[in-house]
Amino acid sequence: MKFGVVVFPGSNCDADCYHVIQRVLAEPVEYIWHQQDSLSGCDCIILPGGFSYGDYLRTGAIARFSPVMEAVAAHARQGGLVIGICNGFQILLEAGLLPGAMLRNRDLKFHCQASWLRVERTDTPFTNRYQQGQIVNIPIAHGDGNYYADAETLAELEANRQVVFRYATAAGAVDATANPNGSVANIAGIVNRAGNVLGMMPHPERCAEAILGSEDGRLLFTSLLRWGKGGMSDGR
Amino acid sequence: MYKAMIRIMPKKGILDPQGVAVGKALAALGYSSVNEVWVGKYMELLVAGDEPAQVELQVREMCSRLLSNPVIEDFSFELVEIGGRP
Repeated sequence: MKFGVVVFPGSNCDADCYHVIQRVLAEPVEYIWHQQDSLSGCDCIILPGGFSYGDYLRTGAIARFSPVMEAVAAHARQGGLVIGICNGFQILLEAGLLPGAMLRNRDLKFHCQASWLRVERTDTPFTNRYQQGQIVNIPIAHGDGNYYADAETLAELEANRQVVFRYATAAGAVDATANPNGSVANIAGIVNRAGNVLGMMPHPERCAEAILGSEDGRLLFTSLLRWGKGGMSDGR
Repeated sequence: MYKAMIRIMPKKGILDPQGVAVGKALAALGYSSVNEVWVGKYMELLVAGDEPAQVELQVREMCSRLLSNPVIEDFSFELVEIGGRP
């Protein structure tokens, strides 16, 4: 599976994503500059974390109009895989590739910390290596991660099982004490209705190797490889 | 030439963490009369054009496409004609 990591001015997790794909997964990967209008035949596009365009106006609001985003939207419409991590998630929301919007964290603080997530779905290209309900340790680092969707949109997300990760306690309780930023329904990650576009605030690329304290993020990437080999359809 | 004075505010009913923080700071200063605070954005654009209706249409489009996020924000604006050439 060929990966493309999009680089916006102000991206700062692009090298981490590239490293995980190249060194941990040993898969082909290349950087895609935001001014490019093609995706160089990549199967999976990663919009990395950072502060694209300095977070001016709103997080992701300006990056969303970069030339590359038209190609990303076309790729998504054709069923291609797209992952937005942190700022990448914010860009996907601004682009309308995922529903909802990000508000400032409820307590106005930038949270850079370990966070526990409950895996809500394992029948996606991104999560098929996890166990249903598994509690994973994937860190967050954001100031605008307070996911908001109006009641109607939230009901649709739940009805279509689009919530993939929720903030939880280490013991697995999804409650207010586990919610670092005020997100509705403790939402940490969602997919689009078709299931090929994932947005998540936590950083799986920061915990894909034992030396970093957690390897829970690696399963997200290895899930993609299994999916690419058709591993989900032939009885996993 | 027109000056567009654009106001962008959090939608009603959406938590505005900045407004809450500012409200708490005002309360800490003893302004107990303040019930609620909302923090938004104000922008000014100088827009070339002769037809006010055309300029208004353009500014409205800019507001809904980029300047505000309709999921969480409402916008309003005023246009004022500016005399002379820039």
